[in-house]
Amino acid sequence: MLRLYGKIFKTGVLTERVPAAAKPVPARAEGPVPISAEVDETIQRAGERLKTVVDRRFRGSLAIRQVDSGSCNGCELEIHALNNVYYGIERFGVHFVASPRHADILLVTGPVSRHMEAALKRTYEAMADPKWVLAAGDCGACGGEFGVSYASCGAVANVIPVDGVIPGCPPAPIALIRGILDLLAR
Amino acid sequence: MPELSSQQAVGIDVSAVADTADPVHRFYSVLGSGNIRAALIEPSGLPPARLIEVQSGDWGKASQHAAAESWRWAGVWAEDLGVDLEINACLERRGAYLILRTRVRANHPELPSHAPHYWAADRPERHIHDLFGIRFSDHPDPRRWTRHQAWDEHTFPLRKSLAVAGDQPLETAPDCDYPFLKAQGASVNEIPVGPVHAGTIEPGHFRFQAIGETVLHLEERLGYVHKGIEKLAEGRDRAALARLAGRVSGDCTVGHTWAACMAMERAAGVEIPLRAAYLRGILAERERVINHLGDLGALCNDVGFLFGYYEFGRLRELWLRENLAWFGHRLMMDRIVPGGVAVNLSQDRAERMRQSLDALRRELDELITILDANSSLEDRLVGAGLLATDTAAALGALGFVGRASGQTFDVRKDAPYAPYDRLPVRVPLEDQGDVSSRFWVRYKELRAALRLLEQMLRDLPAGELTTVWQTPREHAAGFGAVESWRGEILCYVRFGEGGLIRRYYPRDPSIINWPALEQLVLGNIVPDFPVCNKSVNGSYSGHDL
Repeated sequence: MLRLYGKIFKTGVLTERVPAAAKPVPARAEGPVPISAEVDETIQRAGERLKTVVDRRFRGSLAIRQVDSGSCNGCELEIHALNNVYYGIERFGVHFVASPRHADILLVTGPVSRHMEAALKRTYEAMADPKWVLAAGDCGACGGEFGVSYASCGAVANVIPVDGVIPGCPPAPIALIRGILDLLAR
Repeated sequence: MPELSSQQAVGIDVSAVADTADPVHRFYSVLGSGNIRAALIEPSGLPPARLIEVQSGDWGKASQHAAAESWRWAGVWAEDLGVDLEINACLERRGAYLILRTRVRANHPELPSHAPHYWAADRPERHIHDLFGIRFSDHPDPRRWTRHQAWDEHTFPLRKSLAVAGDQPLETAPDCDYPFLKAQGASVNEIPVGPVHAGTIEPGHFRFQAIGETVLHLEERLGYVHKGIEKLAEGRDRAALARLAGRVSGDCTVGHTWAACMAMERAAGVEIPLRAAYLRGILAERERVINHLGDLGALCNDVGFLFGYYEFGRLRELWLRENLAWFGHRLMMDRIVPGGVAVNLSQDRAERMRQSLDALRRELDELITILDANSSLEDRLVGAGLLATDTAAALGALGFVGRASGQTFDVRKDAPYAPYDRLPVRVPLEDQGDVSSRFWVRYKELRAALRLLEQMLRDLPAGELTTVWQTPREHAAGFGAVESWRGEILCYVRFGEGGLIRRYYPRDPSIINWPALEQLVLGNIVPDFPVCNKSVNGSYSGHDL
């Protein structure tokens, strides 16, 4: 157990504090940290703006329900990354919820496969107003590599009303943060 | 019944080959002595796979002999040739791939099933039935599989007569009436889960029958993310197919793109430069590392050990950022192209990658000591989700799922391709078959991948990154097999006119491995399902196609 605590202290806090003043200080001198410094600053800036908007318009707490309606799972990997120690999106007041009834935003990935069409509509209908829909990734935004076919409805907007899109294949975590911010800042 | 193509058939004296070490010749002689009219086609046109054609009526019997000869059943795909439908089944034994081929009339598509002899053939044959309309006469489970409500039972999307757009109205009804197995009895409760799950994961449906907390039966219902990949591939050029292949399963983008490019290159008779092969190897091993890191963390998360989740997640993120810095994409999508690679690695970056390997090793040494000493983690992982070695063998379980249950097969070692044919590939093995075994196999594979990366960086030859493409002749076909982080990926490509794709079939390892989850979860408690599921980590997208 002592080793575990030791490792935690040695790793240190890699997440930027909000609001934080200075550049990130890598906890360890060795290790492959350098390339992340620039990204971290960007995360911090975007995150602070996001937190301001979430505080003002959602009383500090924004709930997202994510639905994969036909994605290749690439977008899911980057959405997962939002919860790793570098992005730690929860500190900006954004959290992912299990039920659409608790959600402010529906974050949809993938083209909408025809087999997911009804499930996506029902998820959308289960959300309480006011609600917003974000289509993440090129597939959700415009159909991407899959488009409209016997098996796919293409873009999310072909199935439910969409309020914003986040292009990218897949969108990087920072693009996802900015996409959520762009929607809220309107 | 369609005639066998006889122009290439080789007459072989059965008695002369019965003892041969070549498993294909041996199997061919077994078929002969079983009174099955078969033709060994040499050259097969699908190297390194060999090819045996049989009459459609003998299709089931041939698989019975194959099972008796310990061939592993690896996949099946069909192709619409107009008057006939061609069916290919892929078998493997000791690293030798064999394609078993037959034809049926398109207006009377009936065939004996492989499923009575091979468990793994069950769902892939139902997939073919739903998409081509081929009836497998003695199939033990005649229910639909990939088809939900997007097309009706008389429509077969992969027939050439059906346009990619399909002919159904835009709105698709939910699939409410799938006949799940029912358990009767006062103490049995049924738990339907999905297709929309509670977390950020892919959609699929799980139907549990439970007694109290204990899982009595689990039935998977997949196909929710079927987006017509096989149909969408038709008519694409080679670059567009490589892009599509990279999106069969996003977490396995390098693996699928490599398999598709390998199949296209073999069809076109193109050999990639050795430097490109090494760079592909580097991309593939990096993909193995990031996925193993992510999933080791996720397994910790699923048993509430958040320290592991955050530490492994941190290491994965660092590697994703390196991917972006060195290869221009966090997941390395579209870095492999037909004829070679679209990335290079300078001396300087190779040196930095070497340093990063050392740094990750140091981190892992530290982490694994902590994990090893943590009995609460062991308490949840040891004994959970048991997949017995004979069950894994019967299924032909692939990748780390197979290797945690005593199945040694690894394409990189058993049917090596460049650059692995020049590298010492170590294949870690466990035989306990529980979640803990799968965890440790993946940890050991991670270490093995770091060693391979180091060697590839050391040996990285100079040279070109791509080779000049030659347009393949019409009907040229190619077969690819690569070992992705998830296991063996098979790929079949046939070209049509003008170098455009006529048929593409990717066999993701998940297609084989999904049934393993139904078995290994039995007798576990329902709350352990997430960790059991994560320990297999099948791709829904790669399965549903």
